[in-house]
Amino acid sequence: MSAAPIELPRWADTALVPVVSVAAALLVAGLVVLGIGESPLEATALLLKGSLGSLEGLGFTLYYATNFVFTGLAVAVAFHAGLFNIGGEGQATVAGIFAALACLWLAPLPGILLVPLAILAAAAGGAVWAFIPGYLQAMRGSHVVITTIMFNFIAATLIVYLLVEVIGKPGSMQPETADFAKHATLTPMHQLLAPFGLKLPTTPLNSAFLLALAALVAVWLLIYRSRLGYAIRTVGANPRAAAYAGISPAKITMVAMALSGALAGGLAVNEVMGVQHRLVLDFTAGYGFVGIAVALMGRGHPVGVGLAALLFGALYQGGAELSFDKPTITREMVVVIGGVVILFAGALEGLFRRLVAGTLRPGRGG
Amino acid sequence: MTGAAPAAIELSGVSKSFGPVAANRDVSLTVAAGSIHGIVGENGAGKSTLMSILYGFYEADSGEIRVRGEKRAIRSSAEAIAAGIGMVHQHFMLVEPLSVVENVVLGAEGGPWLKRGVAKARAELARLSAQYGLAIDPDATVGSLSVGLQQRVEILKALYRGADVLILDEPTAVLTPAEADQLFELLRALKAQGKTVILITHKLREIMAVTDWVSVMRRGEMVAHVETARTSPAELAEAMVGRRVLLRVEKAPRKRGAPVLEAAGLSVVDGRGHETLRDASLTLHAGEIVGIAGVAGNGQSELLDVLAGLVQPARGVIRLDGKILNAADRNPANLRRLGLMHIPEDRQKTGLVTAFAAAENMILGYHDDPAFGPGPLLSPAAVRNHALSGMQAYDVRPADPALKTAKFSGGNQQKIVLAREIERAPKVLLVGQPTRGVDIGAIEFIHRRLIALRDAGVAILLVSVELEEVMALSDRILALCGGRITGERVADEADERDLGLLMAGVSERAA
Amino acid sequence: MEIVQTLAVILDSTIRLSVPLLCAAMAGLWSERAGVVDIGLEGKMLIAAFASAVIAYKTGSAWAGLGAGIAASVALSLVHGFAAITWRGNQIVSGVAINMLAAGLTVILGNAWYGQGGRTPPLEGAARFGEIELPLVETLKSVPVLGPLYDIAVSGHAAPVYLALLCVVLTALVLKHTRFGLRLRAVGENPAAVDTAGVSVAGLRYAAVIICGALCGLGGTYLAVSQSAGFLPQMTAGKGFIALAAVIFANWRPWPALFACLLFGLLDAIAIRLQGVALPGIGQVPVQAIQALPYVMTVVLLAGFIGKAVPPKASGLPYVKER
Repeated sequence: MSAAPIELPRWADTALVPVVSVAAALLVAGLVVLGIGESPLEATALLLKGSLGSLEGLGFTLYYATNFVFTGLAVAVAFHAGLFNIGGEGQATVAGIFAALACLWLAPLPGILLVPLAILAAAAGGAVWAFIPGYLQAMRGSHVVITTIMFNFIAATLIVYLLVEVIGKPGSMQPETADFAKHATLTPMHQLLAPFGLKLPTTPLNSAFLLALAALVAVWLLIYRSRLGYAIRTVGANPRAAAYAGISPAKITMVAMALSGALAGGLAVNEVMGVQHRLVLDFTAGYGFVGIAVALMGRGHPVGVGLAALLFGALYQGGAELSFDKPTITREMVVVIGGVVILFAGALEGLFRRLVAGTLRPGRGG
Repeated sequence: MTGAAPAAIELSGVSKSFGPVAANRDVSLTVAAGSIHGIVGENGAGKSTLMSILYGFYEADSGEIRVRGEKRAIRSSAEAIAAGIGMVHQHFMLVEPLSVVENVVLGAEGGPWLKRGVAKARAELARLSAQYGLAIDPDATVGSLSVGLQQRVEILKALYRGADVLILDEPTAVLTPAEADQLFELLRALKAQGKTVILITHKLREIMAVTDWVSVMRRGEMVAHVETARTSPAELAEAMVGRRVLLRVEKAPRKRGAPVLEAAGLSVVDGRGHETLRDASLTLHAGEIVGIAGVAGNGQSELLDVLAGLVQPARGVIRLDGKILNAADRNPANLRRLGLMHIPEDRQKTGLVTAFAAAENMILGYHDDPAFGPGPLLSPAAVRNHALSGMQAYDVRPADPALKTAKFSGGNQQKIVLAREIERAPKVLLVGQPTRGVDIGAIEFIHRRLIALRDAGVAILLVSVELEEVMALSDRILALCGGRITGERVADEADERDLGLLMAGVSERAA
Repeated sequence: MEIVQTLAVILDSTIRLSVPLLCAAMAGLWSERAGVVDIGLEGKMLIAAFASAVIAYKTGSAWAGLGAGIAASVALSLVHGFAAITWRGNQIVSGVAINMLAAGLTVILGNAWYGQGGRTPPLEGAARFGEIELPLVETLKSVPVLGPLYDIAVSGHAAPVYLALLCVVLTALVLKHTRFGLRLRAVGENPAAVDTAGVSVAGLRYAAVIICGALCGLGGTYLAVSQSAGFLPQMTAGKGFIALAAVIFANWRPWPALFACLLFGLLDAIAIRLQGVALPGIGQVPVQAIQALPYVMTVVLLAGFIGKAVPPKASGLPYVKER
């Protein structure tokens, strides 16, 4: 078995490997569907219809995709610096707390100030929660993987404490804050587009979707077109060359983690400010982890992340519709697909590269 | 060398390639039983690969191994151990948190429970210790032992497994001179007990001091096989670096300018606490090339790293243009701004990000230059055009800035680094191994560029393991041995013999 | 006497709460001492909890459930081993995948089979592990202090509890005193040393990963078939990660890991007891602060502010023969 990484043509590297792993993941999902006595074809048809078959379905799909764009980008930015941030859930949680506090405390401000400030607060919250693990790795040598896991749980207990003891809605038994003022929330897409004569059904899709699109462009600019992104990629690809070039790997580690956390904060913007209009428990709902699958499948490139987010958005929405029609197939199917994608496109990348290489060059595979 | 006893080890026609690189080419070697046999050669000459084949760590592509006259297939370390071969690797194969006796029994525990095996090993260790004077505490944690003692554990490990043939790979690289002398005494004691020792080294002093026979490797081939008593360090040095392939570089007499880079009393201490560069002082003048001659691993890398700001000195002063550089100034980014550029020894690990496109590597270290884009952004067109003109000027083939750097040949990769650093009009240029792994055409090209730069008034420090290259390009040559500058010669007056002796640290002639 | 009673009760619930941690911590210890980082302990426990509940319900035998739990968990371990050892994949990525696979599959299958939102039907009788009364409880009851402690805290646990404690003893024993243990400790620190000693690195690591799976299987089974009477979605609730924290806290050694798990279990027991109780002088301690303590302590330890966590040197690194 050769230890050298298997070289593939660029198009195969960027497109074929993720496509093959997703196909394999869907195959596994199909087998699971078959295993519980349902027809995979029928399920696929229902899924597609539910996610893309109507404007309403599409709205929901894009709403879910918004979450995946943010969490996928968060993981991708850290990846470029050679870091594995699995703390998206915790960072989004803290971002949600910051955003909620901004929305509640700064309510006297007009919306035009309040909303951007609350979005910045969310980004700052996520950034802080990721910067600390980054700092601890750069300066104290503790690995971000373990610290971000721990920070996920610390954030989870923190939000419970705050909602139950500190900022919870007085008199409510639910762990949630009071509703934000109307002007502190993001505009739903159907309202936003109404003046242009576009009549959309009511869905949770809101202006955070535009923010996600902007984030895709911004991250592309950052990673591939900016001096900082250049430094980030250099540290990720070859820390020794970075030191030789006068780029401090420690500094870049902290900066990249903070940026990653700020992006994860976008999840809170969409969910807390865009949909719930108050802070609730568990609004992160595992989006942070699926973000890892999104980033791996998108090969860390914003275009790939956007497409992967769309796919997972469709799976989420289609899955919800599907479980409506077929109660035996629950939405957790998406989590399984996410897991298999991570396994195939991430951990078993070597195997899949070999498979693809073998198919491209029959007889010389390996 | 009585004809009756079969040779301890006989290798014939051994070849081994790693991808396109031939590490060993048709190597044959005979090691007489009960002798100490040295194998010398430059770093990368293929010595370690050959011994790893003998020890079953790699399998040879072709060739034959005979142990005590018997043909053996050695496909794994276990089979090598069974054939009575033991090896002390350059990087010790020890488990630091475990005790000495646990390390010794690892893989030869003699049963599922440790107790019996450990008791047996303890007794055996006591016996071996007495026999060879190898005192050691069997319960000490290996990680807490000095390097010399750790090596002793490695030797005991091999002996415990019943090794008749002991291979030592660069055993003195990490030892103090006193520890090295102790080791040599041990090797002689082993020989007296009838064991066979194979000593891999690039230090000629050791070969002369302790071996009976010596084989010389160069570029994957076995080039000489002589009795130690009938040879000299100078002869071996010449065999190691190769016969003079008349390397002529046309150059005008130098026009030496003012001193630009001055270092006084520089010392570097590595992570293990070894002083790898000792009290080095040198001055680089504008318009001259100062070459560093030395066998790899004698402090050249540390000298380059400390001058380039990649490593901080333990002691000493560096002046650039007469101004003392304090710790805050000595970082690569700032030194570049001050006009000190660096072509590192290992372009793939340090000088380039091989996963990047060529254009991106052309701005490595200069990505903050405003010429490459507005504000915080980089302009792809500016980066591309900059790369294209540089690649064309330095004849990089293919001149495709978008191509991934890993896909260029070694020579073209080196030209990318060269183009990037030289084009910045350096005042001082540090150059490490400029032509390692580079084809002939590119070598000539690189040499001409360096001379042109010197003629333009740049102060150049050249480090190369190729002695002929140092001699052909330099105006002055400093020899390094054991981290110390052992002498200085004017290049025109230097000869290979004399330099070889300085490099081996055996010259008497004062610098 | 009442204090003794209270103490015994707290100790009793400490032991109950720390058993799943203990199993997962021993599992993580085996894997990581061999050089394979495993953040998939959580997922393996979860799948084991599910599989054991399903089979225990089907067969009416808790022991059959245990077998199924171990088998399911080992299967996931082998996936991890295949990715991490054979294909030298990223061990963290593989662990994340395994956690997600388990979280999704258990709910889907549970829902498809039983239609109760992922729960399995309640287990009764022999389908659950019963409490085991240790000998001499009656005789010792009259002994002051020790009697009630023995009765309440030590005796009366289910079989997996005693099995888990036995596993700690076995782990410590095997690691320290056997050939296998020595080689395993060595392979996590310097696989090249093991390789040059003529021992298979992959073989050792697969063995460790399988043991890790079996122990997670025990922990998961305990959750579903002993502590609870059936499977609930996400019932591991981060225990696999607290176990990871315990392993770090114990510096990858078995006995300290036992104490770390007991400590974390104790914190949990206290948190439950303190809910809504005002302490004199301090007032009401937020439960969440106590719950977060294991994680905070682990971060502080990892950052080297107190002591120093030193993982096995080769953990997380695929073994590649170097030139």
